[in-house]
Amino acid sequence: MSMKVASRQVDGVTIVDCSGRITLGEGSVILRDMVRDLLAKGNKKIVLNLQDVNYIDSSGIGELVSAFTTTKNQGGELKLLNLTKKVNDLLQITKLYTVFDVKDDEASAVKSFK
Amino acid sequence: MAMTEQRVSYTLDSSLETIDSAEEKASRIATELGFPDDEVMQISMAVREAAVNAVLHGNAYAPDKKVTLAFERTSSDLVITICDQGKGMDLSKIPNPLAPENLLKTSGRGIFLMRSFMDVVEIRPTQTGTELKLIKHVHGPTAGGKEASQ
Repeated sequence: MSMKVASRQVDGVTIVDCSGRITLGEGSVILRDMVRDLLAKGNKKIVLNLQDVNYIDSSGIGELVSAFTTTKNQGGELKLLNLTKKVNDLLQITKLYTVFDVKDDEASAVKSFK
Repeated sequence: MAMTEQRVSYTLDSSLETIDSAEEKASRIATELGFPDDEVMQISMAVREAAVNAVLHGNAYAPDKKVTLAFERTSSDLVITICDQGKGMDLSKIPNPLAPENLLKTSGRGIFLMRSFMDVVEIRPTQTGTELKLIKHVHGPTAGGKEASQ
């Protein structure tokens, strides 16, 4: 299953619903383009909803890191929501769980932005 | 492609399709050998990362360079070998991705993930490139019930 993304606004926060695989190639590019587009349009409070992301490889992890740092460098914040067990485990073993702000429900994710 | 009773091997192009194909083959073969689902995922992800290394960093997508991928079932292990025809890699130049100063790097986690998911990871230069060997021990009576097939 290829990567799909769709964005929606909730109380000034952009939720990006992601599904499929974030892997080297198309999956990573789609996510990168979406985040860059959001930032270019001034949307700097971003939540990546990874509930339906069933697979991520090291390139996909790199893309999440890139999205996080790109957003931060532009004065924004990017958080992760609803990690699957596989993605959660990967963020744990790579110690990135300590870097990302990870939420497990949308309401608290939206509320957590200053 | 060549295949014997306990070994199957493939010669693949240096393309993105090869990476997906290698992952799919690993998943299918590990499943057929009876590995549990979590270990099938670990094996297929390690093979994917090895294929990424071979295609991108080894062969650099060169159309005249090939990746060979072999799966061998021994009495105690699944042994997977991935070879490229690139210039080789200097392991000493691969930074520790868990070091605080490297956590926000966008690359450099592939070999770390392979080592996390497999029991043994060996990397050695060959006359024509780099050979990466991934070994997963067979635990319990379930793995190895069926032989690898095409």
